[in-house]
Amino acid sequence: MSLPRSPERPAGRGRLAVLFEQAIELLIRLCGISAIVFVFGIFFFVFREGAPYLAQLDLGAFLFSSDWYPSNDPAHYGAGALLLGTLSVTLLAMLMAVPFGLGAAVFVSEFSAPRTREVLKIVIELLAAVPSVVWGFIGMSVLGPLIKDVFQVPLGVNMFNAALLLALMSVPIIVSIGEDALKAVPDSYREAALALGATRWQTVFRMLFPAAKNGLLAAVLLGVGRAIGETMAVLMATGHSARIPTSLFDPVQTLTATIAAELGEARQGSEHYQVLFLIGVLLFTLTFAVNLTADLVVKGIRRK
Amino acid sequence: MNARKKIEVSGLRLSFGDKEVLHGISFDVYAGEILGVIGPAQSGKTSLLRCINRTIEFTPGARVGGRIAVDGQDVQHVKDVHGLRRKIGMVAPLPVGLPLSIYDNVAFAPRAAGARDRAWLDGHVEQCLRQAALWDEVKERLDVLGTKLSGGQQQRLTIARALSHQPEILCLDEFSIAIDPVTTMRIEDVLKELSRDMTIVLVTNLVQQARRLAARTLFLWNGHIVELDRTEVVFSDSPGDRRTYEYVNGIFG
Repeated sequence: MSLPRSPERPAGRGRLAVLFEQAIELLIRLCGISAIVFVFGIFFFVFREGAPYLAQLDLGAFLFSSDWYPSNDPAHYGAGALLLGTLSVTLLAMLMAVPFGLGAAVFVSEFSAPRTREVLKIVIELLAAVPSVVWGFIGMSVLGPLIKDVFQVPLGVNMFNAALLLALMSVPIIVSIGEDALKAVPDSYREAALALGATRWQTVFRMLFPAAKNGLLAAVLLGVGRAIGETMAVLMATGHSARIPTSLFDPVQTLTATIAAELGEARQGSEHYQVLFLIGVLLFTLTFAVNLTADLVVKGIRRK
Repeated sequence: MNARKKIEVSGLRLSFGDKEVLHGISFDVYAGEILGVIGPAQSGKTSLLRCINRTIEFTPGARVGGRIAVDGQDVQHVKDVHGLRRKIGMVAPLPVGLPLSIYDNVAFAPRAAGARDRAWLDGHVEQCLRQAALWDEVKERLDVLGTKLSGGQQQRLTIARALSHQPEILCLDEFSIAIDPVTTMRIEDVLKELSRDMTIVLVTNLVQQARRLAARTLFLWNGHIVELDRTEVVFSDSPGDRRTYEYVNGIFG
């Protein structure tokens, strides 16, 4: 008995096909490298604009002094209050957004019926589609008066107002990335945990969270990135006042809003202009540090 | 045999959507016995186990009819399903090491049940890992992720985990697919020992494994019970059904 013979092996692919393959590979390689080039390019140009001021920069005063008087003579460029403004608003926003966002992600991924899930996902994505200037507007005209009345404070536009807006803006990101991370955990894990007699909550806390921690961390950090970088909404809702805040309801000023508000007025090449670019460098360093920490944490988790 | 009935299955039907996979099967499992369940792929062995601890309900579209009682209590109407699942140790066919450390894998169920005492947990984890013939290989690295172990080690980890909540019933679903013959023998010895105070349902593709371990053997085929009898009878030259003889002797088409 003879086995059926396989058909003739196809002739070797043409040289054109091989060339095409190489071209595609090159193209993909370029795409990958371009990301690095762009990041370094942006850093380089921002840094170059601010660099001339470095010679006379008092780093301690720049980072820790709260005297931000760019139009005085002599001018004071203490970005401490701005840095603190950015950090405090972001931290407060994350304190609200992280539990809420992760909770929503768990609900959407684990507890909701399929119909509810679809509706919720659409609504959450709609939330992400609201332009930041509209958020700022809501902060000024809706939240502001409300906060003033409810908490009996003199100013409605303040740290709390802006943090609330930033929380609302980061929640959609945290929910959708967090949900992806939870969905990526195989069902066999859930079933194994439940078969061991765990309740659904125990399954979520003891199995799902550890299993999805990398993705959840990424979700939170993308939310942080959104909050640190946000400009328009915080410009409108923080009160924009460069002072060290002493309560949740004090107005603050952030790094981003400062650049947006003052760069138009600063003469190109002037000291003020250069300092604003250095603030850009500071922002860049801040987000870089956040991402790097995240990477190291994730790597640390993985090595275990 | 007039031992106490640990599990009573009567008229069990299971369907996924329009497709019925178990067509009204009935049998009992006696306390302290090892019941072997053999049968070709797709005959409903795994689904049967999943009906007993009600994990079948996580499969969308699964509908269960008939009645399964554990200790005389209908599992469909049991108040504390988590308590029911703790009573039943389940070893899944694919090694599913949870993405936790080896220690946490085994301590998962006791902790879910409320155990907090570290010294007790330490001893308990060690005992379960020893019973699953895994302790010597992992005792130096209990904090390594369970998913980093080899397939066979993960399989034994799931056995240790199934023992960790001190179940009264142990359901093993092809526990030895990924384990070498020597280790399989070690675990089989452990099972024999455990069966003194545990009821064991052993689903296996290795018919000889059922022959070695089981007091009675059930031959499940296409969602029907072809034969359920003492293992000597099932593996004899003249079992109750011709198909049983053909299957255990490898003649079955």
